[in-house]
Amino acid sequence: MSPSPIRDRASAVGDALPVVTRERGQRQVFCGLAGIVWLHRKIQDAFFLVVGSRTCAHLLQSAAGVMIFAEPRFATAILHERDLAGLADCNAELDRVVAEVLERRPDIGTLFLVGSCPSEVIKLDLAKAAERLSGVYRGRVRILDYSASGLETTFTQGEDACLKALVPELPQLPSGERSLLVLGTLPDVVEDQFARLFAELGIGPVHFLPPRRTTEFPPLGSGTKVLLAQPFLGETARACEARGASLLTAPYPFGVEGTLGWLRAATEAWGVSDEVLDAVTAPAIARAQRGLAHHRASLEGKRISFLPDSQLEIPLARFLQRECGMELVEVGTPFLDRQLMVEEMRLLPEDVRLTEGQDLERQLDRLRADRPDLTVCGLGLANPLEAEGLRTKWSIELVFTPVHGFDQAADLAELFARPLRRAALLRV
Amino acid sequence: MQLTLWSYEGPPHIGAMRIVASMEGVHLVLHAPQGDTYADLLFTMIERRGTRPPVSYTTFQARELGSDTAELVKTSVADAFERFKPHVLLVGEACTAELIQDQPGALARGMGLPVPVLSLELPAYARKECWGANETFYQLVRGLLKPRVPEAGRHPEPRPADRRPRANLLGPTALGFRCRDDVEEVTRLLASVGVDVHVVAPLGATPEDLLRIPEADFNVCLYPETADQTCLWLERMFGQPTVKTVPIGIGATRDFLDEVGRIAGIDVTDAKSPISSRMPWYSRSVDSTYLTGKRVFIFADATHAVAAARMCAEELGFTVVGIGTYAREFARDVRECAKRYGVEPLITDDYLEVEKRAAELQPELMLGTQMERHIAKRLGIPCAVISAPVHVQDFPARYAPQMGFEGANVIFDTWVHPLMMGLEEHLITMFREDFEFHDAATASHLGSRVGASRPAEAGSESQAAAEPADSPMQADASTVIWAAEAEQELKKIPFFVRGKARRNTERFAAEQGIQTITVETLYDAKAHFGR
Repeated sequence: MSPSPIRDRASAVGDALPVVTRERGQRQVFCGLAGIVWLHRKIQDAFFLVVGSRTCAHLLQSAAGVMIFAEPRFATAILHERDLAGLADCNAELDRVVAEVLERRPDIGTLFLVGSCPSEVIKLDLAKAAERLSGVYRGRVRILDYSASGLETTFTQGEDACLKALVPELPQLPSGERSLLVLGTLPDVVEDQFARLFAELGIGPVHFLPPRRTTEFPPLGSGTKVLLAQPFLGETARACEARGASLLTAPYPFGVEGTLGWLRAATEAWGVSDEVLDAVTAPAIARAQRGLAHHRASLEGKRISFLPDSQLEIPLARFLQRECGMELVEVGTPFLDRQLMVEEMRLLPEDVRLTEGQDLERQLDRLRADRPDLTVCGLGLANPLEAEGLRTKWSIELVFTPVHGFDQAADLAELFARPLRRAALLRV
Repeated sequence: MQLTLWSYEGPPHIGAMRIVASMEGVHLVLHAPQGDTYADLLFTMIERRGTRPPVSYTTFQARELGSDTAELVKTSVADAFERFKPHVLLVGEACTAELIQDQPGALARGMGLPVPVLSLELPAYARKECWGANETFYQLVRGLLKPRVPEAGRHPEPRPADRRPRANLLGPTALGFRCRDDVEEVTRLLASVGVDVHVVAPLGATPEDLLRIPEADFNVCLYPETADQTCLWLERMFGQPTVKTVPIGIGATRDFLDEVGRIAGIDVTDAKSPISSRMPWYSRSVDSTYLTGKRVFIFADATHAVAAARMCAEELGFTVVGIGTYAREFARDVRECAKRYGVEPLITDDYLEVEKRAAELQPELMLGTQMERHIAKRLGIPCAVISAPVHVQDFPARYAPQMGFEGANVIFDTWVHPLMMGLEEHLITMFREDFEFHDAATASHLGSRVGASRPAEAGSESQAAAEPADSPMQADASTVIWAAEAEQELKKIPFFVRGKARRNTERFAAEQGIQTITVETLYDAKAHFGR
């Protein structure tokens, strides 16, 4: 890595973006319901009621059930034969279940009715139900709906669907006022760091979506600039645009380069000079680079492949290649939103093997032929690949760990260095 | 619709997956939407397997619903056969596929594959996981052995006098509670009375092994929830008797050996003394006296619940104050058991009802599943796990059977562990205001726990959150001051690394001659030490 790859982004901008190969076949990914696992922690007064089958309930508890909950903040309304046969009025049933939830948890501020594959196939209208129930509980609980079915959403797209449902609820920012809205779940500590940086840069007011509590909804209006902290929020971003906000184009705030590029998008919009940006960020960048140096030795020159999972693959691949010296073998993503990914694509090597979608068995064939030093993949594949002698980094951890921003750059690198270090340590 | 915070069983196709994942040479094609592959991680993470379960999914998405999902089934079946070359192919549907009715089983059978193709009917909106496993195992055994069923009235050949009796162990599966070690323990137990194990199925079996099932003298139904249908069918078709006692607990293990002796026609009197179990002596030793009359609520699958009740009452001296099961198919056994102990049986798969009953009963110990651990946490009751559903910690590396004499040892340790030890229990009753040992605290041998409402160190009532290794260090670094906002920032670091972060930052500040620790210092130190 050159000492400062940050300033001269232009040098990396080629004429051609990497070619994307599309694949279809068996997909080994989570559905959007998995997003509930972190969303219920972020939005503390929200409750997620999935309307679906026993499979949906089983997915949620398999993913989150290792934690022992005194008060779970999610549940499933399981459809039974009576509901399918039309013997029971689904709407009346849903009203009863919602009443039961709210009686048990009077402290809930927002209840999400979450659609699933079965509820979609039988065309249960949750939007109508949410509207009806909102009328019933007005002033006490806000009731919203979104779909997180596997038919419609892949893993992190569940968050996109959830946040999109929040957009119409946001209060109107008076015209003539401006604000910065940061989209995407961030750990509280990262959110606070970013808030401090924006304050020092003189950018504000800054709001975050999702908020920690649904009583703290950020305002939205034509003066709002939207900055995406997560790459999987295309629908939410476009819903914000539909309310007059404008999107800032930026790379995602992973690593030094990404974070600086991300902040620069905001400083440019606010007319803050590069000198100020440099002055404010210099200590943190120096620190981040010292931190990164700890892990660079174990990552440099190592070959890495990404299987599709969260849409974080491209920004992370960019970070690992440009700041940690890793070599990209294949970068798979479940879905590629070109509008939101353009800045990232420019930073990737032109000849990178980039795949959108999945045909699992063929992708595994390629992986076995490539034998990279590290494979980023889901939990269904990680142990089986380890048993084949391939080192893996399980990908879901990347959405549960503070990885954004300067001060987490080293932590992010460490997530990838750790399995390699471990493999070198073990003598059993 | 049923409000479900936690469900005791997955959908029936998970049961089918448990059967195929237990076996070699069998492959399942599951018609299911994108996302249902989450089930793989039950096997790769919870059970920690180093192989993918032998399951291919069609993973259809919304855009495919408009077109031909049936074609997708055929492609998936052809691809799976071509790639995995199974000896038997199973085809089934998950809940969403059941709604769109593509008849994948019929489609696959019409494809003319050169191996047996069995179609599974798994009614996802009426049945559940154990039923799915039971049904799949039955369909598999029946499908393979049907052509070999002897004509009616023909009895099996009597065992030659020079051959040891042999038994099949039926029922152990992938994701079953302690199946791996139970099989080993029961094999050892049978060997001790001169009985050989012929076929273990489905765990570790191939389709060819299933064909050898009728060669054994009798079947041992280890887990009725997954194998009772199969055992019944084998009894009817091949005249193989079934040993029905499940050997969990000292008494049940003795009864099991008696039953084996009777069915195999051998003398087991010498083997019945539980010399290999320490549990009876541990339970009789004076240290266990305080266990007498401890009030226990049991909720589990029927087999483990009934076995636990007997152990509680006869072998540990507890009082059974409640018993229940989520396995409706086996409710009768639990009802009978409840009658024996004079308690009201609870037959439900509704977690909230179990929680309500537990709150009413206020037991001193809960024996249950992973779900009862949530209830026990909410109510502040000690809890031990005795049955599936379970999470990763209940697939241990160590030998940990529930069955046989070693199983009784394991159970003694596991059930007594969460209870407060005798001395501590006495002292807490005598001295109620101790800042460290008080009745809202977790038993001290379990270590400090976050979330337990213990007062902070030095009796300060202000802060209940656990700050374990933090406070002592403040004295050492008394020259360094923490700015309020840095202190706040520190609290954002997870508690289990917070102590280390505090120490590192103070060391860093001391080295650098920094007087006041700011947020910057905190992160400088973090970068300096590389975490």
